[in-house]
Amino acid sequence: MAVIDLANPTRFLTLVDRVLPWLAGATALVFAYGLYRVAGAPDDYQQGATVKIMFLHVPGAWLGMMGWGVMTVAALGTLVWRHPLADVAGKAAAPIGAAFTFICLVTGSLWGRPMWGTYWVWDARLTSVLVLFLLYLGMLALYWTAEDPNRSSRAAAILALVGAVNIPIIKFSVDWWNTLHQPASVVRMGGTAIDTSILVPLLIMALAFTLLFFTLHFAAMRNEILRRRVRSMRMMQAQHA
Amino acid sequence: MMSLGPHANFIIASYALTALVVIALIGWIVADYAAQRRVLGDLERRGVTRRSQRGKDNRALGDTP
Repeated sequence: MAVIDLANPTRFLTLVDRVLPWLAGATALVFAYGLYRVAGAPDDYQQGATVKIMFLHVPGAWLGMMGWGVMTVAALGTLVWRHPLADVAGKAAAPIGAAFTFICLVTGSLWGRPMWGTYWVWDARLTSVLVLFLLYLGMLALYWTAEDPNRSSRAAAILALVGAVNIPIIKFSVDWWNTLHQPASVVRMGGTAIDTSILVPLLIMALAFTLLFFTLHFAAMRNEILRRRVRSMRMMQAQHA
Repeated sequence: MMSLGPHANFIIASYALTALVVIALIGWIVADYAAQRRVLGDLERRGVTRRSQRGKDNRALGDTP
């Protein structure tokens, strides 16, 4: 089967039905192993056991940004090729990306209270992630209030492209401005600043979160294709009533 | 037994909240799938088909599309 064939919704549904159980199984296995490695990870010399929050916070942040990345690529598919599956992919990614961004914000706050002495500061990193979350909410409002998916798809694609500007702002905010949030420590020039005993469980948890994202995304795309079929069948029914 | 130190409440709250969000997301997607399948099944039982499906059925019966 050629890759382009997957752009056909019916073929995509067949593929999802085949792949989803394996993807869900792999997600559960990697999560189980990741949590086992997290339990065995040593305390940080400065943060103590609170470093365990980072195993949720960092993957949450990465996947929150990746969700918007998926929506940006989908937006190009909608605007350039006008492919209906691209809009389905964008719409399905929005609630999942919002959930991961919410996890990032809440776990960050719960880490900040014992480490910084506050749940929240209006520094550039925290504020730009909050903006990402608000953009997600705006996107969800746009999708969920539009009766006709064809009407919302173009506006949602434009919002996705405009919101994509925020992703490099989040990434480089700690370099461009003076922030309470620490600078990049995993992906940075000169290599990682994290010890292997903490880095390995972190990367395993990031892989588990990534697998979870794609499992949920494929399942949500399947739901959206079915929802559009229901809508089209109801319209056919109304025309012949 | 793993020791979570003086800030155990914050660590436990983080994991509990993350689990809650993930379970809610999975539950919502599974429930949505069941709802769409149910409605689709109802429509198909009543003989409602999509335009593309109707074309396929006609071709299968030997009609010109």
